[in-house]
Amino acid sequence: MNDLIYNLAQGWERWISSFLPAWLVTLIDDLLIVVALLLLVILFVLAFIWLERKLVARLQDRTGPNRVGPYGLFQPIADTLKLLAKEVITPDGADKAVYNLAPVLVVFGPLMGLGVLPLGVHLIGADLNIGIFFVMALGSVSEIAVLMAGWSSNNKYALLGAFRAVAQLISYEVPMVLAVLAVVIMTGSMSMQSIVKAQNPLMFLIVMPTAFVVYFLSANAEMARTPFDLLEAESELIAGYHIEYSGMKFAMFYLAEYINLFVLGGVATTLFLGGWGGPFVDKVPLLGTFYFLAKDLLMVALWMWIRGTFPRFRIDHMLSFAWKVLVPVGVVLVLLTGFVVWLTNDYWLQLAILLPGNLVTLWVALELLGRDARKSGERDKRLALA
Amino acid sequence: MFLSLAFAILSIFTLVCALGVVTARSVFHAALFLIGAFFGVAGLYVLLEAEFLAAAQVMVYVGAVSILIIFAIMLSRGYGAEGEAGNNPQWGWAAAISGLLFLTLAVAMRKVAWPVVAAPVPKDAIAQIGAGFVGQYMVPFEVASVLLLVALVGAIVIARER
Repeated sequence: MNDLIYNLAQGWERWISSFLPAWLVTLIDDLLIVVALLLLVILFVLAFIWLERKLVARLQDRTGPNRVGPYGLFQPIADTLKLLAKEVITPDGADKAVYNLAPVLVVFGPLMGLGVLPLGVHLIGADLNIGIFFVMALGSVSEIAVLMAGWSSNNKYALLGAFRAVAQLISYEVPMVLAVLAVVIMTGSMSMQSIVKAQNPLMFLIVMPTAFVVYFLSANAEMARTPFDLLEAESELIAGYHIEYSGMKFAMFYLAEYINLFVLGGVATTLFLGGWGGPFVDKVPLLGTFYFLAKDLLMVALWMWIRGTFPRFRIDHMLSFAWKVLVPVGVVLVLLTGFVVWLTNDYWLQLAILLPGNLVTLWVALELLGRDARKSGERDKRLALA
Repeated sequence: MFLSLAFAILSIFTLVCALGVVTARSVFHAALFLIGAFFGVAGLYVLLEAEFLAAAQVMVYVGAVSILIIFAIMLSRGYGAEGEAGNNPQWGWAAAISGLLFLTLAVAMRKVAWPVVAAPVPKDAIAQIGAGFVGQYMVPFEVASVLLLVALVGAIVIARER
């Protein structure tokens, strides 16, 4: 069996080219790609919402949604209908233009990121030669959107949430970029497809596990999910920057969070889990798409597991974890990777230095963290006794 | 035809945003217009097939500079800084100097014979930029980094509590 989707696309293009001018063909094809990606991601978002509610419920010894459809599968659809029907309220003192623009911009970044995810052997919206850099740059758009939402709502909790959001998002962008940089140095390219192809014998998860850990934790913070959900901490800020949004405008923030989950999981898959690579992909390319989505789902499930397990960080802990732990580890990894690539071209020799180097870095970081935690624990005990 | 159309749309967008920066009554709105202008310029870079530069523009100007500006506004102006006059009695001088700068730049751009390469943009433009940074232009690049580091240290020294 050949690559079904690729062949279908080729056949479609040949057929449509026979009676339409070239520019119209390009336009129609691009529109089709956009619509297909949007439909795919909306389906995944609905599935993620169901999965998250079900998974977290099980972790907390509850049943979760179980009334609408089998296993509560239609619950997200019912929720979407409810959100569509709800009244959209604009607060009195809101800065109207900015207030309405923020929910649009907040989905803009994650949606653009979808376009460069390598979903299969030939399935990619656009294989830019700056692919991964493009995804990183788009992260800043979401930060602006969050700031706009928090500022324009004319609400102190929203503004506080926006402040926290930007402090957190900027801080965790640094270790994230460092972890990505280690992969880019190893690959020698920023194109997503080249990064996938560079992981042919072994995925980068095995070559540089510490970089993966740094990326995984920073991405968790970038998505602002528990334990990094300080910007929407219900018990402190009610809901943070999107407190004043209701109906579909609120749904846009919700949508952005879950698209982000899909995209960042996809980036983790591409960078560290070998993307669409896997057994028999060269014979049955369609399997690649299956592998990619399965790995993405695995990443997302891991993040959901973390969300259901850990309590929230304190704000100073959150910031010092980024700047005093993840950033130094990231810098060490970048230096190590650069040194190894400069030292030798032999793949197995590179692996032989990189893997132990990564593990030693991780061990040292964990050791220092543990020592610090013990020290502060003893200090707390002394203070309690005094 | 498409290129000219895209260029026209992007330039108009950039110019309208730039105009908004100086005419907006709220400082926060001015900052948002500035972000719009930065995006327009990034679009122009894409049109010139300088994708790396476009992404770097978004990352540095939208992701770092604009957020810094917005932070400064939020921290210094307090909550709800609308309704302030966007200009002061010196606007005439500012307009005159800006006009002079525009004239100078326009004349300079017309006078210089810009080198034009007929060949298309090379595929590995990023590799060449990278090689340039650590090769031919290493000293200016490193000097710029040191400058940024000095600014960073200086900011910490000023902000530190005594």
